[in-house]
Amino acid sequence: MSAVTASTGMPTAVSKGAFDVDWRQIARTGGLLALGLVFIALTGMPVGLDERTVIEPWLSLGLLSLTFLPFVLGYTVGHEKVLEGVAAKAKGARDVVAGAAVGALGGLGLSVLVVLVDNFDLRDPLVNWSPQLVEMLSFDQSVGFGFVAWIAISGALGAAGGALHVLPHQVRRAVVAAILAVLLTAIFESFLTDVIDQLEFLYASRGGLTNVWAVVVFVVAMAVSLSGGGEKLGERRAAYQAASGPAKNRQTALFIAAFSLAMIIIPLVTGKITQELMANVGIFMLLALGLNIVVGLAGILDLGYVAFFAVGGYTTAVLTSPNRGPDWPSWVPTLDGPGGWLIALAVTIVMAIFAGLVIGAPVIRMRGDYLAIVTLGFGEIIRLLFLSDWLGGYFNGAQGITNIPSADFGIFEVKGTDPRSVFYLVMVLAAISIYISWRLEHSRLGRAWMAVREDESVAEAMGINTVNVKLMAFVVGAALASFAGAVFSAKVGSIFPTSFLILVSIVILVIVIVGGMGNIVGVMVGALGLVGVLGGPKQPGLLQEFSEYKLLIYGALLIWMMLNRPEGLVPNVRRSRELHQDEFLQDAWLRGEVDRDESTTEAEASANLADGLGTNGGAS
Amino acid sequence: MTRQEGSTPLLEFRDINTHYGAVHILKDVNLAIYPGELVCLLGGNASGKSTTLKTLLGMVKPTSGEVVLDGEVVNDKPTSYRVERGVTMVPENRRLFKRLSVKENLELGAYLRDDKEGIEADLERIFSMFPRVKERLTQKAGTLSGGEQQMVAMGRALMARPRVLLMDEPSMGLAPALVQTNFELIEQIHQEGIAIFMVEQNANMALSIADRGWVLQTGKVVLDNTAEALLADPDLRRSYLGQAD
Ligand SMILES: Nc1ncnc2c1ncn2[C@@H]1O[C@H](COP(=O)(O)OP(=O)(O)OP(=O)(O)O)[C@@H](O)[C@H]1O
Ligand SMILES: [Mg+2]
Repeated sequence: MSAVTASTGMPTAVSKGAFDVDWRQIARTGGLLALGLVFIALTGMPVGLDERTVIEPWLSLGLLSLTFLPFVLGYTVGHEKVLEGVAAKAKGARDVVAGAAVGALGGLGLSVLVVLVDNFDLRDPLVNWSPQLVEMLSFDQSVGFGFVAWIAISGALGAAGGALHVLPHQVRRAVVAAILAVLLTAIFESFLTDVIDQLEFLYASRGGLTNVWAVVVFVVAMAVSLSGGGEKLGERRAAYQAASGPAKNRQTALFIAAFSLAMIIIPLVTGKITQELMANVGIFMLLALGLNIVVGLAGILDLGYVAFFAVGGYTTAVLTSPNRGPDWPSWVPTLDGPGGWLIALAVTIVMAIFAGLVIGAPVIRMRGDYLAIVTLGFGEIIRLLFLSDWLGGYFNGAQGITNIPSADFGIFEVKGTDPRSVFYLVMVLAAISIYISWRLEHSRLGRAWMAVREDESVAEAMGINTVNVKLMAFVVGAALASFAGAVFSAKVGSIFPTSFLILVSIVILVIVIVGGMGNIVGVMVGALGLVGVLGGPKQPGLLQEFSEYKLLIYGALLIWMMLNRPEGLVPNVRRSRELHQDEFLQDAWLRGEVDRDESTTEAEASANLADGLGTNGGAS
Repeated sequence: MTRQEGSTPLLEFRDINTHYGAVHILKDVNLAIYPGELVCLLGGNASGKSTTLKTLLGMVKPTSGEVVLDGEVVNDKPTSYRVERGVTMVPENRRLFKRLSVKENLELGAYLRDDKEGIEADLERIFSMFPRVKERLTQKAGTLSGGEQQMVAMGRALMARPRVLLMDEPSMGLAPALVQTNFELIEQIHQEGIAIFMVEQNANMALSIADRGWVLQTGKVVLDNTAEALLADPDLRRSYLGQAD
């Protein structure tokens, strides 16, 4: 073998001194950190969330919104992707130094901000440029104290982040798991005590974990992680994905059974707040499942999806509420008796399908960006129609439709004041939607959708009627959205044009993208994570405190996901492989480079190919 | 296999004109492809070769003239109608569904068929023709090598059980060693009785296996003759084949 292999074939760790670090990289990351911290400070999050304690008495959610960043960036600055065949750098004191330097630089940003806010008044353009910000950033001490403190705190956190590199892999995982466990226990205080009242002993009376229990949670989480708790879960998942045939079916059935049981039991033990929250998650899950077919499977970027939610909501409202507009002819019944909602649902689905056809037909002939813009327009047009005076006699314009009765099934009544019942209804509809999605995905139509998504003109050349197929995606998506609309009407009791803002479309789209496009489980996780934790457009989530900054976080999350994990939270194996193709190819190339024998030439490589092609053709 | 005299053409252009917007592409083009023939369409860049194929398949509508399939005027029939009746295309640059698996690509070729057994049998036939493809069934088509992609593209087209295969520059982007094998493959498919209408820039190679050929120049058919005659044509040699060598 040649010298190539000898020099790069076996990666050896290069050890370096503590201060032999990449200062340019540090300056860049440090600058980024400073900008990030100043930005967060000026969004008002630190001051706004200062009242909410995470760990009594020293850590508030406001403080946390600033302090997590130095820690994370202190870690990432020393983090390097180790490519195969390239020597890895040894971990050591230099990572701590780099982390500390990044942290201190970032802290300096905040320090300068304190001084600036204290001395200049920029409150006019920047609403959060306030004395309260100075107070908070200088810990109620002098500005000078704050100046020094932030450099020190941020530097220390950066160093701690960098120090993670020095820890052995397993310990590092345990530490991260423990930190997350403490934070999650603290942040989900209201949820946890709502589910299990007895857990209140963990928290101080003013809210927030007590110091003692914070330590206990930390230690327990670390112990669980060290004993391999997390790994087993990962192994399970891998084993499941590798399985096939009846074994896999059995596992799937088991999983579905366990999941359904959990969905039946959880609302029984939780309080109203959690039930309400889960009902909202369910409604958005229904919507996201529908949009997943349109965007994820058929690849049609529909930015006006809320239109179908609105059509569903209004149709049910008109058919069940006595307060609908006065101009409806008398033959349109008011179905407010038992079973009325089910009939209304049937009509609602038909109307949604009709709307899907009417909106879809002109839109579907366009491609890509044009299509996205036009759907955006249609989404607004539908809302404006419901708002208009022209149709005011039917939909009451801005007054909306009120007094929508609950969904009465005779033996079982689903009403907004009983969120548990709403949740159960939503889960039944979600099960139906999931089944439909799953069947469609594996049908001929599903395959046609994927072909259209991949390459529309070739799909056409295969004989696929692309217009029809895309229209079908629109119609199925619309029908699923109308489920959500029907439940929504019965749940909230009154609907207005403002219930169907464009923001709803955006949130549903973010759920689908963050969860993992074209992936049913991903969409469910996305709905739970976004609507459940952060909250929907108007619905509070678990982190009610964040509601003001919800959209900011949505945006940040979306950008981060697109850059780092475009396949979504729960990737479909195939998609993730494709999206990270470049990395794979690069790895393969490097490997090839390392192993390549000098005698393997391009000509030979292509001859090998020719071999493959001509296996039966009798070529040389 | 050459055409039987007196039989009706499988596919035919009668005075076809095609426009993209106001731009006139095909100008009074007449073509006829008979069952079982191997014919080729030659021409320089932007002469309208791909447009000819798309018009044959119905992906581009002619502004005047008739597209005739089995004696029936099919101007108003959609692509799917023509695919069902045995007209299939291997597109320029192969254009596989990159993120779908090889198997899914092949299955999509048989999209309009619903005879399960027939599809299975054809899959097996393709595997025996290209053992390489069988090994790579679950791989994403986009990760295949150029040669492998060519096999899958042909396999996908064959899955439709075509009577005539329209091939748009099948040797484009293949290594020189592969071009030869590729042509042998085309001949092999032709031997099974499938008519082939091949668009090529590699005129020498294409004419050496073809029965007949046309030469297209800025949308007009300037030469229409048997392959031997075209190979011997001094005009063509000078203006066209000279460069192709
Ligand atoms: N969709 C379209 N819209 C507008 N013009 C088009 C379109 N498709 C092709 N053209 C134009 O029509 C002309 C003929 O294109 P065509 O693809 O048929 O050429 P070709 O003979 O296949 O060329 P090549 O050998 O380069 O593939 C070109 O000038 C091209 O720019
Ligand atoms: Mg072309």
